[in-house]
Amino acid sequence: MISTALIQKTAEILMEKAAIEIPEDYLDGLKSAAAKEDGDLSAFVLQAMLENYEAAKEDRRAMCGDTGTPRWYVKMGNEARIEGGPIALETALRRATANATQNVPLRPNRVHPLWRTDHNNNVGIGAPEIEYAFEPDGEWIDLITVHKGGLFGTDYRMLFPSDGIAGIKRFYLDSLVAFGKRGLACQPAIIGIGLGGTKDACMVLGKRAACLRVVGDKNPDPKIAALEAEFTELGNNIGMGAMGFVGSSMVIDCNIEVGYCHTGGMQMSVHAFCLSSRRAVARIYADGQVEYRTDPDWFTPYQRRETVEWEDSTWLEKAHAN
Amino acid sequence: MAGKSPRKLRLSTNPTPEALAELRLGDVVYLDGTIYTAREGVYMRALEEKANIPMDLPMQSAANFHCSPAASINADGSFNMGAVTATASFRFSKWIGDWMAASGAKLIIGKGGMSAEDYRQHFVPNGAVYLTTVGYGTGALLGRGVVRVKDVHWHEELGLAQAMWVIEVENMGPFIVESDLKGNSLFERENAKIADNLERLYEGTKPATLKRYGETDDRKDELI
Repeated sequence: MISTALIQKTAEILMEKAAIEIPEDYLDGLKSAAAKEDGDLSAFVLQAMLENYEAAKEDRRAMCGDTGTPRWYVKMGNEARIEGGPIALETALRRATANATQNVPLRPNRVHPLWRTDHNNNVGIGAPEIEYAFEPDGEWIDLITVHKGGLFGTDYRMLFPSDGIAGIKRFYLDSLVAFGKRGLACQPAIIGIGLGGTKDACMVLGKRAACLRVVGDKNPDPKIAALEAEFTELGNNIGMGAMGFVGSSMVIDCNIEVGYCHTGGMQMSVHAFCLSSRRAVARIYADGQVEYRTDPDWFTPYQRRETVEWEDSTWLEKAHAN
Repeated sequence: MAGKSPRKLRLSTNPTPEALAELRLGDVVYLDGTIYTAREGVYMRALEEKANIPMDLPMQSAANFHCSPAASINADGSFNMGAVTATASFRFSKWIGDWMAASGAKLIIGKGGMSAEDYRQHFVPNGAVYLTTVGYGTGALLGRGVVRVKDVHWHEELGLAQAMWVIEVENMGPFIVESDLKGNSLFERENAKIADNLERLYEGTKPATLKRYGETDDRKDELI
């Protein structure tokens, strides 16, 4: 049984880590981009960002003043049991969000869409979002917080099979060029692309591809992985860098996720995570042990399963080994 | 890594016309003095609802920051300010002219600049320039430039994110000079350079089967 007090305490630590500590995979990616950047202004911006990450860690203050819209992804092993059940879990996550907003502090971004009223704690109707997934084995629960920023850099389009890969490429370029101007997308970023599903599922896939996969990670389908590599390079050949200045730093990595869609359509979404790439993860075990990490490891073979039945865990272990 | 680094300058938040004339596009600026945050909430309250601006402007400050800090007010009334980052300025175009007239602002600081049209119509006649934050998101560096929070106005009426925060700053930066006194824009200059490459980049792609209203293939266009 996992205690709700431990969930809340862990969630508060995660909120702080996400806001303050740049994930190592993204930091390494940005450093290689900075080493290659030839544009004077773009290079200056990347250098300033690298100094900013250091300052945030030293001072224990948020990397960026716009601390995004905090949300939660919860993944549970099939055997996990939570004290007080799912309602207690959700209460703990809402409390942690409000407390961390006051204590880090985070910017209380969340307001009512029409009345613009503000609880000053990032909690309100539908906020923070809490999304769930499950894994076949384990008594653990993974808490993942993502504080994605940005009102820009995300778009959706209904494409069709006749649009093909060339159509996907064009919409990808359209999104990068349009939102990259003036640096509205806060690039260079991890770009997530969702393909297929339904309109809402496609948006979810693209967002998760940007926020829940790390730099260097590849889609298990080799042809999709090749597309990811091609799109990373393509984005960095636009001629645009940080803040939309002349340069080559646009995409730190491109992650593509797919879902089965209507036979007539080919939904596509593009999501740019930002220069702060705020994500933090903890696994809480039934015995009270907590392990912190920055890789959400969301897209397991189980999450990408294609078949009616899920095979036993031997199959799972084999899939992991490959 | 590029060899040439931009010129760095210190600038007062109540700058002289000479100091402003000295600024060139792409210069990196660090600010000393007092800045205040004002965005749509403050603009609407001051300009549309005609509430009295709770500061003596531009005496106290000629530097308007399009920003909501990551900050909270403690139970004892003191302030806790962490990171400071700008918000995108193009959305405030409809108020900026009236706000400059009311506030005498000479420095508009934000994210992403405004359009050259805004610079010509409002900035040039008012002798003002636009400074953009860097990144975006050097919030921790900018937070280090905060000496203290002097005051916060209208937080009850507008909420913490939209309130008017008055902040004493020292060597706060970096900011990049995006517009000069003539109304030239660094972003537009960079866009024009990048546009030349786009034709080649799009080779082999074709417009989507299903069009969208108002869609254009002119990639020199901007979203703002």
